[in-house]
Amino acid sequence: MKLTRGERVFAVFNVVVLSGVALVALYPFVYTISISLSTAAEANRDSLHLYPREVTLAAYRLVLSNPDILNGFANTILRTVLGTVLTVITTALAAYPLARRELPHRGLATFLILFTMIFNGGIVPTYLLVRELGLLNSVWSLVLPAMLTAFNIIIVKNFFQTIPESFGEAARVEGAGELSILLRIYLPLSKPVLATISLWTAVMHWNQWFDAMIYITDDRKQVLQNFLQRIVIENSTIMLDLGMTDLNVTQYTPETIKAATVVVTIFPIICLYPFVQKYFVKGILLGGVKE
Amino acid sequence: MAAEASWTRTYRRHRGLLLLIGPCLAYFLVFHYVPMVGLIIAFKDFVMSNGVLASPWNGLDNFVRLFASEDFPRALRNTVVISLLRLSFGFVAPIVLALMLNELRIGWFKRGVQTLTYLPYFFSWVILGGIFLMLLSGDGPANNIVRAAGANPISFLGDDLWFIAVLIAAGIWQSAGYGAVIYLAALAGIDPNLYEAASIDGAGRWQQTLRITLPSLVPTIIVLFILSLGQVLNAGFDQIYNMYNPIVYDVADIIDTYVLRRLIAMDYALATAAGFFKSVVGLVLVVGVNWMARRFSDDEYGIW
Repeated sequence: MKLTRGERVFAVFNVVVLSGVALVALYPFVYTISISLSTAAEANRDSLHLYPREVTLAAYRLVLSNPDILNGFANTILRTVLGTVLTVITTALAAYPLARRELPHRGLATFLILFTMIFNGGIVPTYLLVRELGLLNSVWSLVLPAMLTAFNIIIVKNFFQTIPESFGEAARVEGAGELSILLRIYLPLSKPVLATISLWTAVMHWNQWFDAMIYITDDRKQVLQNFLQRIVIENSTIMLDLGMTDLNVTQYTPETIKAATVVVTIFPIICLYPFVQKYFVKGILLGGVKE
Repeated sequence: MAAEASWTRTYRRHRGLLLLIGPCLAYFLVFHYVPMVGLIIAFKDFVMSNGVLASPWNGLDNFVRLFASEDFPRALRNTVVISLLRLSFGFVAPIVLALMLNELRIGWFKRGVQTLTYLPYFFSWVILGGIFLMLLSGDGPANNIVRAAGANPISFLGDDLWFIAVLIAAGIWQSAGYGAVIYLAALAGIDPNLYEAASIDGAGRWQQTLRITLPSLVPTIIVLFILSLGQVLNAGFDQIYNMYNPIVYDVADIIDTYVLRRLIAMDYALATAAGFFKSVVGLVLVVGVNWMARRFSDDEYGIW
């Protein structure tokens, strides 16, 4: 198709503007990575810090040798793995009966689950419940309250409903129980939707900090995001003080340590991102009209 | 008797399904419905040692205290103002971004821009807030530019107006790419024959955008708009908590940050009353806007 002059001008304008948008989207991360690799003198220089002129890994050495950070890392991995595995298993178990028309009281069960999407007790009663259950300072306080969500159940239920009932019927005639029909027939056919939910759940757990802030008071159980929060948001200087005893003290500034902590925290997501992007997009589309 | 027997029979026949749904419903009762019952704290003179049930009722006293306080009405106002500002400035951004991306003909460039713009959505506001605090600090790069332009450094996070502007802009930066994905999907669903027919009739690209693309997006736009109206009391707790400071409480303290402060102060009754207010208004809004969305779209859209 031949473009008119005006259309060609627009096409160029469009590419230029979108390149700008992409740069704006990227710059905060470029800045952070650049600062995290800078020496103290370089970090203090007035500049946009697109790249570090003097490179050092000192901030990373400090961050990665900090016991709180390492401990937080381990706790975050624990909640992410445990939380994701439990969410996927229980969501499938809950979605399967709801997808079957023969389930007695199906309408009532669906309503009870859906209602939690639009009304909830809020943080205080939930906090008191978690406390009553004795879950404070335990990884279960981070996993159980968010384990099953109406949203995930409905997504999986809707997917299950696209699987022809005759598939399960054949197995039932051969005497298979419901659980084995779910495991042998439904789950293998639902890999894409389960992968999408796993990924979003994992990212949610990796990023979640609010629950840990109110449920976890014991630093040995605290997650990475909350240590990060103390350093970058509350300007805690504990780590810098630690650095003062180090001979390389001129190698850090509070900013380079903050930046290095940020990079360490987002590193796993960045590494995963290119490979799992399509599931991210799928998740956005599933959730699109939800919010 | 006969009815009872048939019930038992039905249950027995579907024992497998009931065994699966049972634990799930028990979970929802414990983790969702018990806290809903816990909302009665809002109507009680709650003392922790007495427990929720044994604490004496005190009617609407907590709500009277809430609205008579200085902080809560301010938090309510700030919540609505910030939400409406987000809606006015942030709502169009993903639409424009999607339309522009849709016009790109170079595949890798389109994918690249898309990937970069929705990247921030996958990081927590602890991370993003931390990055913005660095970028906007007194000697950060933003103020380096301001100084280079010969102006005095700006207190981006300590000035009421600047803080709100930063909040809205950072919010758009974080979520426009994510929002654009939804509109791009709607754009991909437009029948290509429409464009072909239009171009045979002599319509240029601009005409096609105006006459075909935009009208096709209207249902998605209206539904997303109505749905976001239902979220007016969620002004973005995660972002605000990680970016605000006491200097800007006057404009930045929202219901959720207020509730958190009451919780930390162990003023459970007041915190619950505030949360209850938010939940009930939220419920009314969501049900109301969902009804509107369904009416508008002939039952095609809506959450349920």
